[in-house]
Amino acid sequence: MISASTSTIPEVEPEEKRVPQEIRVRVLRQDAPSEESYWQQFAIPYEPNMNVISVLQRIAAIAKSQDGRRVPPVAWDCACLEEVCGSCAMLINGRARMACSSLVDNLFEETPGEIELRPLTKFPVVRDLSVDRGRIFNSLERVKAWVPVDDSYDHGPGPRISPEEQEDAYPLTTCISCGCCMEACPQFNKIEVVQREGETADDFDARKQTAYDEQFLGPHAISQAVLFNSHPTGSMNSDERMQALTGRGGIQMCGNAQNCVAVCPKRIPLTRSIARAGRAATVWAIKKFFDR
Amino acid sequence: MTQSRVLVIGGGLAGLSATMRLAELGVHVDLVSLVPVKRSHSVCAQGGINSVNAVTRQQGDNEYKHLDDTVYGGDFLQHQPPVKEMADWAPRIIDLMDRLGVPFNRTPEGFRDQRRFGGTLYKRTSFAGATTGQQLLYSLDEQVRRWEAEGRVKKWEFWDFLEPVMDDDGRCIGAVCQDMVTMKFKAFSADAVILASGGCGLLYGRSTMSMICTGSAVSRAYKAGVKYGNAEFIQVHPTAVPGADKLRLMSESARGEGGRVWVPRKAQDARDPKDIPVAERYYFLEERYPEYGNLVPRDIATREIFDICTTDGLSVDKDRLCVYLDLTHIPRETLDRKLGGILEIYEKFQGVDPREAPMKIFPAVHYSMGGLWVDYEKSETGGLLEGSPRNQQTNITGLYAIGECDYQYHGANRLGANSLLSCIFSGLFCASGVIAGAKKNTRDETSPDFVSAVKRQEERHQAILSRPVGDSNPYDIHRQLGDIMTRTATVVRRNEQLSQAYDEVCQLENVWEHCSLSDTGNWTNQNVIFTKSVGDMFPLAKLILKGALLRDECRGAHYKPDFSMPGIAATEPAEQKAEAERWCDRFEENTRKWLKSTIGVHGDDGHPVITYEDIDTTLIPPRPRLYGLVGGEVIEQVWKERSEKATEPVTVG
Repeated sequence: MISASTSTIPEVEPEEKRVPQEIRVRVLRQDAPSEESYWQQFAIPYEPNMNVISVLQRIAAIAKSQDGRRVPPVAWDCACLEEVCGSCAMLINGRARMACSSLVDNLFEETPGEIELRPLTKFPVVRDLSVDRGRIFNSLERVKAWVPVDDSYDHGPGPRISPEEQEDAYPLTTCISCGCCMEACPQFNKIEVVQREGETADDFDARKQTAYDEQFLGPHAISQAVLFNSHPTGSMNSDERMQALTGRGGIQMCGNAQNCVAVCPKRIPLTRSIARAGRAATVWAIKKFFDR
Repeated sequence: MTQSRVLVIGGGLAGLSATMRLAELGVHVDLVSLVPVKRSHSVCAQGGINSVNAVTRQQGDNEYKHLDDTVYGGDFLQHQPPVKEMADWAPRIIDLMDRLGVPFNRTPEGFRDQRRFGGTLYKRTSFAGATTGQQLLYSLDEQVRRWEAEGRVKKWEFWDFLEPVMDDDGRCIGAVCQDMVTMKFKAFSADAVILASGGCGLLYGRSTMSMICTGSAVSRAYKAGVKYGNAEFIQVHPTAVPGADKLRLMSESARGEGGRVWVPRKAQDARDPKDIPVAERYYFLEERYPEYGNLVPRDIATREIFDICTTDGLSVDKDRLCVYLDLTHIPRETLDRKLGGILEIYEKFQGVDPREAPMKIFPAVHYSMGGLWVDYEKSETGGLLEGSPRNQQTNITGLYAIGECDYQYHGANRLGANSLLSCIFSGLFCASGVIAGAKKNTRDETSPDFVSAVKRQEERHQAILSRPVGDSNPYDIHRQLGDIMTRTATVVRRNEQLSQAYDEVCQLENVWEHCSLSDTGNWTNQNVIFTKSVGDMFPLAKLILKGALLRDECRGAHYKPDFSMPGIAATEPAEQKAEAERWCDRFEENTRKWLKSTIGVHGDDGHPVITYEDIDTTLIPPRPRLYGLVGGEVIEQVWKERSEKATEPVTVG
């Protein structure tokens, strides 16, 4: 933006000079899971108030690379475009974030005129910027991230909850399962299971789930375990959650790098959750020791 | 009997609540969704969910009044028994969601807090910050994951529904879907199929809807013979934030918590809005609608905002249409606690803090009241007969529709915070009837019905992939379609424009037939999936335009100035009375002619065939919708006298 002092120059449209004419986009592409990745450049006209989603939409409509070759549109995931569905996480200028809420004008403050897009590196690439994040949901199942109600019939209202408890829980419930925290976590490693020749989809999926089951849960799932352990009804199966948290790939994997909380687009207090889970795990282990 | 198997298409609130209840009742569910179900469009719902509650009940509220507000707000275009049943279930549904762990905002004593929403005078709306849809969806997603862990539910995420499959008797026995990663086709055999695929806002180009709300599943069912009801009734939400890629919703809850809509009295007043004194601000909704103020029903708020910018020329900005939505008089702490989610969206995408400066907003396409026609069975008490297979069933036996993709609950205009309710209600409620009507289907994927359906879809797919390279691409066609629809079939509708738009859409459909793909591969080809969904927007677009063209009246969201009924112009009491009598005559005549559901059937020539069906208004007789109308009190008086006369007991003598 132009400061007031420079606006004294007459008859000049000051914005014009500084606004780039085009956006150059470097995309790390990959045609399919076991293929090599490669860089491709695109150039599209600049418009004010664009986000990375509208940049990708323009690229799809043009379907040509910067050198004028016809190329298939870049594949990527998106849905809500307002940072609440969690679909469009990718590495934008090297940082894990949501394409919808990444505004071009802000990105240009990091790298004027250029944007670099890469798929998340901790998840297997499906194609281009689209990755398989099934592991996020596998972790939620492992920590039993749900309230174990008897059934969906009418039993009156849920437990009374104080405003303080609600305000404590609410931020944790806004997790959009985007995977940014897992991407940033040095303890969270990529697991890529490749379908074998002749293997059925069901068998492949089962093998994938088993591989995930042994690995680090990730910050989001730890936070969800804390959320449900703090709910009056949810706490009724806290033992099972503690088992998952203290088992293989559990909370002990966390190296306290605190990257997760730094990249979370929803600013969820993930490290607070991890600290709480850590304390609870210690108490639980001692209790279990004496209960033997 | 062996375990029955139901196929659910769509994993938003409706699809998930149906899945949860079916699984609980012992049914195996195959759940198909374009995205991981946790990313469904229901997450975008912000403001809350309506029900009569302990507090409003003591203020004179009851389920009948919730029903009345819903049908009056909807301009009487919905069958009343399903709405009654929904209003009756509402308190139980909120209780259930509360038990599932939805973090509803609390009062200091620990009860659920409620706020007021449009079209009612009671605080009926329970909410979880300003992300209520997200929270409700997550709770159901969690329950379904629980059933998935037990093997009762199998999810098919990143799968596209292509067509329902019927047997020789016309009964739905499954569907053909496509894996959007491997691009492989698969037939799903089922004892019943439930469509819960949401709205069709994307055919307007940009709207408040998610990129997955293409309406393609609904269009494919319509093309396969399912009737479509009230297509022309599209809700345009009064307050959205325009963006290049999307028009982002700014929830009605902003007004429910005290937000005020205004424009400077002086056109394009260049002053900072905070420097404009109150006397020079035009709070036009409050002035024109003293009773409801900023919380008039959505269709009315939308027209007023549209009008103040276009007709009155009072848009805040010169180069784009917008009005102020002002929250700056509300304490920061309250805003963060009750509206944090939506204020962050505004701040992130606009770079302006709405706690400090008024937001700039304008109406945007938001919801389709119309949808697939579904049946119901009425109970003796005027609600629905639970467990009847007719409930939520389309005209194809064994094929059901629930949630936004059915036409049943919102009439000509939906009240805020009723959509989440109708989605969860229809999902939960339909389950017992689906099971009662389910017929064990012994055909597997190798049976001829399925094999030929898969082949048909593979051929369509291949035909699109092998089109010669041409000039037009699906993204441009989609943008053009959106422009036509937004220009002609939103807030103000005129017959000459609608009929011209219909021709343009038909021409554009021809262009689509020849548009070429930029990706002809067979792995995660989003290009071809999108192209197919654009092609399937045309049948629905034509339905909307045709329905709007034929309906020569104003009702709810459907507004044709050429057929509007202005208020009372006279000032003399006697003349006023006479004018009100004439007004009521015309209203009665109009009711006889147009209080009917528009029913569209896909014709063999690709054009919709439109007929009309009577509406069950036995619980609440239709009455004029008089929000803010000039002379409304005189009309109301005349109407009251007429109704009393009509219901006077006949003396037998």
